[in-house]
Amino acid sequence: MERPNWAPGDIDLERPSVARVYDYWLGGAHNFAADRAVGQKTLEIMPELRGVVLNHRAFLRRAVRHLLGRGVRQFLDLGSGIPTVGNVHEIAQAADPEARIVYVDLDPVAVAHSLSLLGGNDHVSVLHADVRDPAGVLASDEVDKQLDFDEPVAVLMIALLHFVPDEEDPWAVVGGYRDRLAPGSFLAVSHAGYDETDVETDASVRARRIYDRSVTRMTFRNRAEFTRLFDGFTLVEPGVVRVPAWHPESPADVEESGERFPGFAALGRKAQR
Amino acid sequence: MSPAVLAGAEVFARSWATAVIGSSYVPMTRAEVAQHLQDLTERLVEALFATPFRTAPGHEIGSRLVDAHFTGTDTLGRTVQLLGDDLLVELGFPGDARLTSRLAALQGALAAGYARALRERTLAEQEAIRAAVLDARDQAESMLRASEARFRAMFTEAAIGIGIAAIDGRILDVNQALQDMLGFSVEEMRQYNVRDLMHPEDAGSVWRLYDQLIAGECDHYRAEKRFHRADGEQVWTHLTLSLVRDDHGEPQYQVAMIEDVTDRHLLQNRLRYQALHDPLTGLPNRALFLERLGRVFNNRAKHVRAGLCYLDLDGFKVINDSLGHDTGDQLLVEVGRRLDHSVSGEGKLVARMGGDEFVILVEGSSGEQDIVDVADRVLTELEAPIRIAGHELSVSASIGIVERQLSGTTSADMMRDADITLYWAKADGKARWALYDPERNAREVARFTLSATMPRALERGEFYVEYQPLVRLEDSTVTGVEALVRWQHPEFGRLAPDRFIELAEETGLIVPLGRWVLRKACEEARRWLEEFGDAAPFVSVNLAVRQSRDPELVRDVKRILDECALPPHHLQLELTESAIMGTADEPLEALRALCDMGVRIAIDDFGTGYSNLAYLKHLPVHELKIAGSFMEGLRAENEEDPVDAQIVATLVQLAHALSLGVTAEGVETPAQAARLLRLGCDTGQGWFFARPGPPENIDSLLRGDL
Repeated sequence: MERPNWAPGDIDLERPSVARVYDYWLGGAHNFAADRAVGQKTLEIMPELRGVVLNHRAFLRRAVRHLLGRGVRQFLDLGSGIPTVGNVHEIAQAADPEARIVYVDLDPVAVAHSLSLLGGNDHVSVLHADVRDPAGVLASDEVDKQLDFDEPVAVLMIALLHFVPDEEDPWAVVGGYRDRLAPGSFLAVSHAGYDETDVETDASVRARRIYDRSVTRMTFRNRAEFTRLFDGFTLVEPGVVRVPAWHPESPADVEESGERFPGFAALGRKAQR
Repeated sequence: MSPAVLAGAEVFARSWATAVIGSSYVPMTRAEVAQHLQDLTERLVEALFATPFRTAPGHEIGSRLVDAHFTGTDTLGRTVQLLGDDLLVELGFPGDARLTSRLAALQGALAAGYARALRERTLAEQEAIRAAVLDARDQAESMLRASEARFRAMFTEAAIGIGIAAIDGRILDVNQALQDMLGFSVEEMRQYNVRDLMHPEDAGSVWRLYDQLIAGECDHYRAEKRFHRADGEQVWTHLTLSLVRDDHGEPQYQVAMIEDVTDRHLLQNRLRYQALHDPLTGLPNRALFLERLGRVFNNRAKHVRAGLCYLDLDGFKVINDSLGHDTGDQLLVEVGRRLDHSVSGEGKLVARMGGDEFVILVEGSSGEQDIVDVADRVLTELEAPIRIAGHELSVSASIGIVERQLSGTTSADMMRDADITLYWAKADGKARWALYDPERNAREVARFTLSATMPRALERGEFYVEYQPLVRLEDSTVTGVEALVRWQHPEFGRLAPDRFIELAEETGLIVPLGRWVLRKACEEARRWLEEFGDAAPFVSVNLAVRQSRDPELVRDVKRILDECALPPHHLQLELTESAIMGTADEPLEALRALCDMGVRIAIDDFGTGYSNLAYLKHLPVHELKIAGSFMEGLRAENEEDPVDAQIVATLVQLAHALSLGVTAEGVETPAQAARLLRLGCDTGQGWFFARPGPPENIDSLLRGDL
């Protein structure tokens, strides 16, 4: 982070943004030509990509509902992106209007959009920050206003950490949040990845190359690397699985792709001290 | 609706769900999606059979699909196709013309409603995202403005002076603190180039580093720097200059942070001044003088020679003690003023070393005469009496002068030599200058070396005694011998008494040395007595002034005589005229005691001092030894100096008149011996008879070997 955090972010509509391309894949219109160009091109090469993205989004929904079922009422959504439909606060506050949510994103447009969308919702805050800086995020006014760390908090990192390369140590980033959490808190992560025995399709390789080049570099991680993110947590059943296979709502949701899906998901519970 | 129709609608809804799921993200479970589509299917079926038939529900269904976020591009196509292909079949009315026509109308309405809703949603989302972009930009800009405002405030309000200049040195902006510090407005400062702020006292490194910084070779540096203020005053500062680079790393601006340390600097100067100056006279003190002298030596390239006057007032202690320290201090102030007045000019420094000692440093002198001139001027300047508190005080000073080439010497050498030379000036009579003389110094050093090594020499037995016969002129009998001490010095060789007796007197070593000689001589005399009986000579031993005043003298002599078992009349003690004449009573008492004991007393070198002849007759004296200098005129074979002859004759008569014996020293020729005999002199001593030698020589003489 060369740029001091008070400096204006780079708002260049000619450059695709992670959040807006994601929105495009989800069927939203919160995007610009440059975003759509990348989104379309990758979809043409790899039509199943839309399903991949949808599945991460669906994991978010399932995880939040699961957490609500476990009594969790505080959510820290890291890398929240552009709230298209099915946002955490919509799901959570449908169950309990008192649920509290903090969205964090580095994209100033995503943050601005979230803010305009959430005007008047006192239990939701949006923080413009770099999630790779846990200390900064946790010390922010937004987090301080909404979240009580004496109570369980669910930290959500959905389709996020594959944008943090090894040299930036995503495990340490997760650790930075984990250490602040009260026992009984949760961590939900979904992440692009393969098992060593998986064979990545040519289409996937080409789509990734385009994405890496025009949006941002992705790092796929294997099951072991993914599992290591949950150091200090106890994995909730069924443990680390392919994204669609985590508490599916119907057998049809899993289908045969459950065995080949290029990404893992898991929910961990912070152990008692 | 009949159960058959309902069942058909449910089957259709399931197919519909399968067709559209996955075309876009819908925040619902598969079951919820199926339920939602079942609702829509039922609404559609109702519309299909409704009377009157209306297409509005078709619009509504299309719109509700979009609301549920079935916004994927394939959703509508698949929906319309599935409706046409399957709905009437599933409901059990395949090929029904009226329903087919109604369905087509509803399909059209659904497509239109979907399109309109999707268009609205898309426009709304586009507007939302554009608004978000604007918000984000506003936010970024306001943060930028806030940060700019913060920095501007920091720049404006900073207590430290800040200036920004282009790389070519053009001054672009300065803050209020810097304007106040230098007394120029921003507009005035903008007229300047950084290089215009050069100060003649700047260290060379300031501008060398500046060039490096401008060239991008260093990013910042700190320096101490003076600036001229607009009002002509000077400002002392700590300067930190930093280079600001552009995105490509090229030097873009220079930023100076300038802290005013003038007060601190002046305070330091004052403290330094106080530390380096004498508070009484205001003259530089010893520390500053030594620093300057050290600098002269460190900068030998500038000056080849230098000179020092080391000055000390004569008799200052008397003035201080009699008139008080206050008067003494005022005297010192006036002396300091006169010195400073008479010795002004480049390269000259007058300092007070402490007490009544002053020193004058002359850098770059051309020779001794330069410094002698300075010393003369100072002595002249001090001649006029000084009036203090009603007293007319006449002061004089003694000055030691050293002037020399700087190479081959050190400041410590120069100071030491000047100090020694000052001592010479004092010893030579005060109120004068003395010039450093390396030979005199060497002599004094040698003297010092001798006096320092003498006590050890006595312990080590480096001294020994020689004897010279005292011969009765009448019959050439050896009646006595004079004991003469010698020093076999390991470095300087054989030394005669004139080289060390005076030193021994000064150091007090003469007492133990004299005692040692006395014992040695008495032992020898005892040996002769044993060997030669009545023919044995007495020994004549010199007694230095200090010895004669030693209260232990009588006891020492008695003890030695006792220990050697020597009858007292075998010992003669020789004293100079001054030792006997110019003394108080005590030594005389001692002489009387010795005389009473039976020891013979002789006056040595008689005729060279000022003897009180009337007094002479009351003294316990047995013998006069006429100084050798009177023998000069009696020396030649053919003629004699009538004056010397008359003097000797008179002295002999005088001695005999007082019943004293007479010994002539320095008898070197037969003519002298003959004349002395004729003049009535009793005893002779000198080379004519024998040179001083070891006791064995005396043995030979007594045996008549020679």
